[in-house]
Amino acid sequence: MTRRQRNSGLIAMAVAFVIFILPFAFTFLMAVKTKKEAALMLFSWPTEWHFWDNFTEVIQARNYMLLLAYFNSTVITVAAVSGLIVMGAMVGYVLQRRPSGWNKVIYAGVLMGLIVPPAVVPTIWVLQGLGLFKSLTGMVLIQIAYGLAFSVLLYRSFIATIPRDLDEAAIIDGAKPWAIFFKVILPLLKPVTVTLITVQSIAIFNDFTNPLYYLPGKENVTVQLTLFNFQSQFQSQFNLLFMNILLVTIPPLIVFVFFNRQIVAGMTAGAVKG
Amino acid sequence: MTRRRSPYPYWFVLPAAVVFTVLFLVPTLASLWFSLTRWDLFTASFIGLDNYRQFFKEPFLVQGLVNTVIYAALTSVSKSVLGLLLAVLLTSGILWQSFLRAVIFFPVLVSTIGVGITFTALMHPTRGAINIGLAAIGIHGPAWLSNPELALYSVAFIDLWKGIGLATLIYIAGLAAISPDYYEAARIDGATRVQQFWRVTVPLVRPATVTVVTLSLIGGLRSFDIIWATTRGGPGFASDVLASVIYKQYQAGFYGLATAGNVILFALIALIILPLTWWFNKREIDL
Repeated sequence: MTRRQRNSGLIAMAVAFVIFILPFAFTFLMAVKTKKEAALMLFSWPTEWHFWDNFTEVIQARNYMLLLAYFNSTVITVAAVSGLIVMGAMVGYVLQRRPSGWNKVIYAGVLMGLIVPPAVVPTIWVLQGLGLFKSLTGMVLIQIAYGLAFSVLLYRSFIATIPRDLDEAAIIDGAKPWAIFFKVILPLLKPVTVTLITVQSIAIFNDFTNPLYYLPGKENVTVQLTLFNFQSQFQSQFNLLFMNILLVTIPPLIVFVFFNRQIVAGMTAGAVKG
Repeated sequence: MTRRRSPYPYWFVLPAAVVFTVLFLVPTLASLWFSLTRWDLFTASFIGLDNYRQFFKEPFLVQGLVNTVIYAALTSVSKSVLGLLLAVLLTSGILWQSFLRAVIFFPVLVSTIGVGITFTALMHPTRGAINIGLAAIGIHGPAWLSNPELALYSVAFIDLWKGIGLATLIYIAGLAAISPDYYEAARIDGATRVQQFWRVTVPLVRPATVTVVTLSLIGGLRSFDIIWATTRGGPGFASDVLASVIYKQYQAGFYGLATAGNVILFALIALIILPLTWWFNKREIDL
């Protein structure tokens, strides 16, 4: 390492510390302060540490709303990501393996899914017609509908790297189409599936706008909405508000620590090919 | 003899197609009709283009449209320029390189609402850490989020802070795809570092630029949660964008007007993204 590389590293670290690390430090410090001290909003070392008190108080607030929110968000995320894996891989598989006029239709759908902003009020109207408005099922299906385009593209390009010989061997053995897909192909897609799980679960867990529109009501609260609800309730209790932020930030942090490489792969897919 | 069935049956597409059609395509098509009506979710009465007329007549709705374009342009230009510079820095083998990449990328993954609330506190005009820090070096900081002239730009800055990591990451992947031979050839020809950047890096990292610009433009035009968590479009309507206008009209029960806003947002995105994509593809052939 040259002296120049070392010095620019030191300068970059100093700048990154101020710009990127201090805001997180601020969140943490606010979360452990007393109510009175947090209300000052100063960037200061807490005089008393109230981590545990604040933690339990946030959990208990509004009749354990945060726990309910964690439960709801987890259900939505797990169900929607499972749906995205199976449905996205099935479409990507047919799209890649069976060239036909229909592919143009599928690509048009994918392009729309990536670009067109969802028409929110008409979607509520459709959900109401189906009896799925304000229901976790409806929310799961919405997340699947909005995430499909990305999943299909991700799977299609990965399936292109799997040799057709494998399908043909299974066909000769007399396997049915669904058996070929679920027993031969889907297990081979594991690397891209892990990527999809990490990227989409973070996106769905962090989603605020869609639950705001499609999942109103106290019993349906999701973690991002707790922040928003508490923002008005905790107006004078910044310590609790920031403790809530801290708790909501932890799941993505864990995923980030363990799956950094997969996240990078998923988010840069297409960057090289354009 | 029966025709052999394809091992790749179309019913594989069916589950996805049903979900996508019912919950995405149908509402999108329905929005074209409902935007022409006065609508309370149960009965819709046709009123022609009145919603659109109102949209382009009310000054605050027009401002939302203008703000959307400013916001998207600012965030996507700043993300692509700074993202490329950071990517070049973070691929040059500097000290703590991979740790720095992680630090810059992490905000991409955290809750937008959490970031918004944190920055609302940091940007407080008198007690916020930003202005206290500026005062320490003798600068009187402005009211970042409550000054109508400044609010939109402050929110755009928060968006940049949160999103720059993704742009940097995409550029790092793009830079990795450039063969070192080009740089070697440029060095032999006596090109300086700056010349190498302009003559080799910028043209060859183009696919990454296309991705960053397109993604951040689409994201910027649709941006809602960061604005809602910081200013809620205020003060007044100073930082309203189309997405926040749509939400406000929806809350107020003007479903037809909200839907017209949605159609306008769709049209705006199409008007910006489609020519841009066409232009990017055309330039690719020239190269």
